[in-house]
Amino acid sequence: MTTHYLVLSALLFAIGGVGVLVRRNAIVVFMCVELMLNACNLAFVTFARQHGNLEGQIIAFFVMIVAAAEVVVGLAIIVTIFRTRRSASVDDANLLKY
Amino acid sequence: MEPAEIVQHSGGVIGVSWLTIVLPLLGAAILLLGGRRSDRWGHFLGVAMSLASFVVAALVFFELLGLGADQRRRLVQLYEFLPAGTVDVKLGLLLDPLSISFALLITGVGSLIHIYSIGYMAHDPDRRRFFAYLNLFVAAMLLLVLSDNYLGLYIGWEGVGLASYLLIGFWQHKPSAAAAAKKAFVVNRVGDMGLALGIFVIFTTFGTLSFGPIFSHASQASQGTLTLIGLALLVGACGKSAQLPLQSWLLDAMEGPTPVSALIHAATMVTAGVYLVVRSGAIFEGAPTAQLVVTIVGVATLLAGAIIGTAKDDIKKALAGSTMSQIGYMMLAAGLGPVGYAFAIAHLIAHGFFKASMFLGAGSVMHAMNDEVDMRKYGGLASVMKITWITFGLGYLAIIGFPLLSGYWTKDGIIETAMEHNAILGWLAVAGAGITGFYMSRVFFMTFHGERRWDKDAHPHESPAVMTWPLIILSIGSVFGGAFLIAGNRFMEFLAPAVGRPEEMPSFQPFSLTGLVTLALVAVGVVYAWLKYGRSAVPAVAPRGSFLTVFARRDLYGDALNEALFMRPGQWLTRLAVFFDNRGVDGLVNGLAALIGGTSGRLRRVQTGFVRSYALSIFFGAALLVGAWFVVGNL
Amino acid sequence: MPWLSILMGVPVVGALAVAAVPKGNAKLAKQLTLAVSLVVLALTLVMASQFDPSGPRDQFSEVHSWIPSFGVHYAVAVDGIALVLIALAVVLVPIVVLASWHDADQPEAKRSVKTYFALILVLEAMMIGVFAATDIFLFYVFFEAMLIPMYFMIGSYGGAQRSYAAVKFLLYSLFGGLLMLVAVIALYTVAGKGTFLQPELIGVIKDPATQKWLFLGFFIAFAVKAPLWPFHTWLPDAAAQAPAGAAVLLVGVLDKVGTYGMLRFCLELFPDAAKFFTPLVITLSVIGIVYGAIVAIGQTDMKRLIAYTSISHFGFITMGVFAMTANAGSGATLYMVNHGFSTGALFLLAGFLINRRGSQYIEDYGGVRKVAPILAGTFLIAGLSSLSLPGLSTFVSEFLVLIGTFQRYAVPGVIALSGMVLAAVYILWMYQRMMTGPTAEKVKAMPDLNLREKFVVAPLIALLIGFGFFPAPLLNVINPAVEQTLTSVQAPQFTPAVPATAEKKGPGQ
Repeated sequence: MTTHYLVLSALLFAIGGVGVLVRRNAIVVFMCVELMLNACNLAFVTFARQHGNLEGQIIAFFVMIVAAAEVVVGLAIIVTIFRTRRSASVDDANLLKY
Repeated sequence: MEPAEIVQHSGGVIGVSWLTIVLPLLGAAILLLGGRRSDRWGHFLGVAMSLASFVVAALVFFELLGLGADQRRRLVQLYEFLPAGTVDVKLGLLLDPLSISFALLITGVGSLIHIYSIGYMAHDPDRRRFFAYLNLFVAAMLLLVLSDNYLGLYIGWEGVGLASYLLIGFWQHKPSAAAAAKKAFVVNRVGDMGLALGIFVIFTTFGTLSFGPIFSHASQASQGTLTLIGLALLVGACGKSAQLPLQSWLLDAMEGPTPVSALIHAATMVTAGVYLVVRSGAIFEGAPTAQLVVTIVGVATLLAGAIIGTAKDDIKKALAGSTMSQIGYMMLAAGLGPVGYAFAIAHLIAHGFFKASMFLGAGSVMHAMNDEVDMRKYGGLASVMKITWITFGLGYLAIIGFPLLSGYWTKDGIIETAMEHNAILGWLAVAGAGITGFYMSRVFFMTFHGERRWDKDAHPHESPAVMTWPLIILSIGSVFGGAFLIAGNRFMEFLAPAVGRPEEMPSFQPFSLTGLVTLALVAVGVVYAWLKYGRSAVPAVAPRGSFLTVFARRDLYGDALNEALFMRPGQWLTRLAVFFDNRGVDGLVNGLAALIGGTSGRLRRVQTGFVRSYALSIFFGAALLVGAWFVVGNL
Repeated sequence: MPWLSILMGVPVVGALAVAAVPKGNAKLAKQLTLAVSLVVLALTLVMASQFDPSGPRDQFSEVHSWIPSFGVHYAVAVDGIALVLIALAVVLVPIVVLASWHDADQPEAKRSVKTYFALILVLEAMMIGVFAATDIFLFYVFFEAMLIPMYFMIGSYGGAQRSYAAVKFLLYSLFGGLLMLVAVIALYTVAGKGTFLQPELIGVIKDPATQKWLFLGFFIAFAVKAPLWPFHTWLPDAAAQAPAGAAVLLVGVLDKVGTYGMLRFCLELFPDAAKFFTPLVITLSVIGIVYGAIVAIGQTDMKRLIAYTSISHFGFITMGVFAMTANAGSGATLYMVNHGFSTGALFLLAGFLINRRGSQYIEDYGGVRKVAPILAGTFLIAGLSSLSLPGLSTFVSEFLVLIGTFQRYAVPGVIALSGMVLAAVYILWMYQRMMTGPTAEKVKAMPDLNLREKFVVAPLIALLIGFGFFPAPLLNVINPAVEQTLTSVQAPQFTPAVPATAEKKGPGQ
């Protein structure tokens, strides 16, 4: 009966993954990453329910905290890049290479 | 009869016989460390140390004479040199008739040459250093002959090699002298390799390096082993004694100051090979093949040396050829068993006197002629240098075997013994004597007789007394030494406790067939030389000569052979090895490093900086992992 | 008294003190370094005088737990072999300090003078530690840590191509070291004794295949370090680029860790594998002896030449170690010490020459003997010690190695003998080209050795000659340790074919 949740989680993850791969706007990519993280959270919680213990839920909380921290840092970087380059496209920023 | 037993000894002069070695060593150390401060008195110290060593040796000799004949092998233990597992070498001195004969010759003739050098080297700013090296040589040579084991002998053996190197190259500013010194050392090292190999085989066979136990057990070892040892030792002897095929260094060694040629390259060091063979008699007697090779080497060298001597215009090189040849006689005798040993050593001592006398005489002539060595620029010196002429002449008569002089007794003994042993060897030795008569006469006539062919600025004069007195003493030895040693088998009796007594003592027949033939041949040689070099004019530039003359003049192409066989291929090999090391071994290492560096340089390019390409690679990686998981899971 | 810890502690404290010297006062730093190294030398001599050659094998032993969860100990002790090698190191350090007095203060180098001397002291502590360690993990730590000061000494204070040489040296050694690390961990795991203490691991590994793999892990590290042919090419570069003093410590002491390790670890821990690989190692050694000598003959740079002679000499040492006879083992150990003195003297004198003339190429010299007789004379003595002339201590060791090898491996022994002749060629030819003949124009004003330099050379030459005539003091210390090593290897005893002992009388008695 938890299968539906898992299918939903997989769908959300796939949507997020495709979004990361195909979208150029950094904000959208970022949101897609969040989508993937939340898909994982859903899976964790589902498994916790399925196995009847709390470990999955605890991990989900960890993920949420990490995601929150990531949002802070990530958005700050995106905003800074946008301010200097007038663009939020991930394809424009490729200085960090080789 | 077997040699006498070796007895431990303490006390008396024999107990302090190590002083013979230590005194000259001390002299060398003081003179080398003293630096310029000791310039003023250095040569006196050198002479004093050598003389003191001679006095100790003489006292030891008389103390030995005071003992019964079968008591005359005394062992003096010094200290433990190598306490290492199974090799346990205690350094000790073996005083027996053989070693003391050498010690007397080395210190006696050595001291005379020291004294002579005071005059000869008077104008050399480095005279002190010269005496230091001479003292070093005397010490090393004494260690060589007095040691009671092969290790000590080896140390002395290489020690004299070092002294010889230093003295040949004494005038280092001359490139030829430096090259000759190096050549002497390297060729000698080839010989030393043989000696070292012999020592290793001796050790693995007998488990000791001391003479006494080795010789008393030699008969128990297999003949093959003994032959191997004998041949290895012979290689060593060939190196040090300038025997074929390791003879090439001796002629070049004449680059050294003349007293050095007299002391080291005529009277003492080059006879070390003979000493080695005679000392190791017990081993050679168990290995007839090795003995045969010794005699063959001896005969080959005595002829080669004589032939080289006939064509040299450089007085020292002619004498050097003669030295090779005479040592060839000794080597021949040393391969002939106990009778031969006595003659070998007797000839060695006699040779020590007459050859030193002639070399020093040559030095005296050079001293008078502004260091000119070309005999074509001598001639008619007899009248201006009376003492040198007489002493050289006596040495000359002794070496060609003029009846009743030293060489007559000893060389004739060798020829007779060889004749009994093997007629071919004997007749070749006779032929050698004939050639000796010719080339020595050539030297003598070209130098002292005939017309004066001097350079314009040459003003020959007799040398100072400090140089002539050693000449006089040496020439007395070259007149009477042989008769004293050989008549009545005196020396043979004396040596018997050390080398064994022959089954029957040889009886000396003054006018045997062989002796007469030898004398006749020598006379022919002398007359021919007189006709060619004494009576007729000697051209100032050497004529081209037949191919035989050129053959002799080029040292029988020994150097050319060495060059073609060893030097050139060696140079190629060296260059090849360096190239291989730089490009091959190191190239491999650097190539590997470059490969890794290059690969990572390429791989680096994958980092494009585009986030989405990273995301894509992550995606494919994840897909691959999941796919792999499915595949493996379904297996 | 914890002698060995004190010996290591003094130079470390000294190094800190030298590093704390104010920047402008280079002279004080040098004097302090010299004083510290002399104190270490004195302490070592006192310790050595208390060493009992006939006593137990490991003496001055200290064992403290270091990382208990892995059974790692701080464990140090010395046997005869380690003692003489530590003595070699502490004798060479003050000499090197004195010799390098002005090496670091070339103005164009722009490097801190005091750092150079502090590095020497750090290195000294590590050299003592590596020979004293009886815990394999501790040994490994020292083995690798030694690279760091040496890397900086070459890379910062060396010649023109110093960084190439330093990186090559470091990477090559690390490569070997990592193989050894794998073997160390594997040894710990396979042995299952929960300890890294070397004495407790002897004879534990029984499986032949495991022994072989572990042996290779250790051996390759030591072969690179030693260096054994064909792992040798880093040495000529490093030695030629390093300042003379660092080259002495590198070739004279650091490389000995390789041969020491073979004797101590490869042989004792994996005796069966060692015997299995002996033919291979002897072959490589013999190749190294002849090859090193031939390549040395062809060198044009005297420091590279000396480095190649060392490769030849290291061939003798490894041959002696793996011949597994008492004579060869003692000879090899003695060789390590003598080679340190001999090559040390050669490198330092080469350094003096290079300082004067500004070139390390042989062809730039000529006729030096005429203007600087003492320099040339000492150079000749050092050279003669390199060609193992009897009367100099190197002869004793070479003789023992050869006679010991010959007892078991006659053919390699004979081939190695040719090294004698080749050695004469490379040394005397170099001497001929540099010191004899007409004096070269650029050499004419060359000064002879000054007082400081005489003090550098004199002790080395005194040691070479002294131990050349009286090697017994060293051999008495070395012999028991070597014999115990061979006992744990279970090497067969040597018996002569016709035993002739001095006690027996001649025939008929």
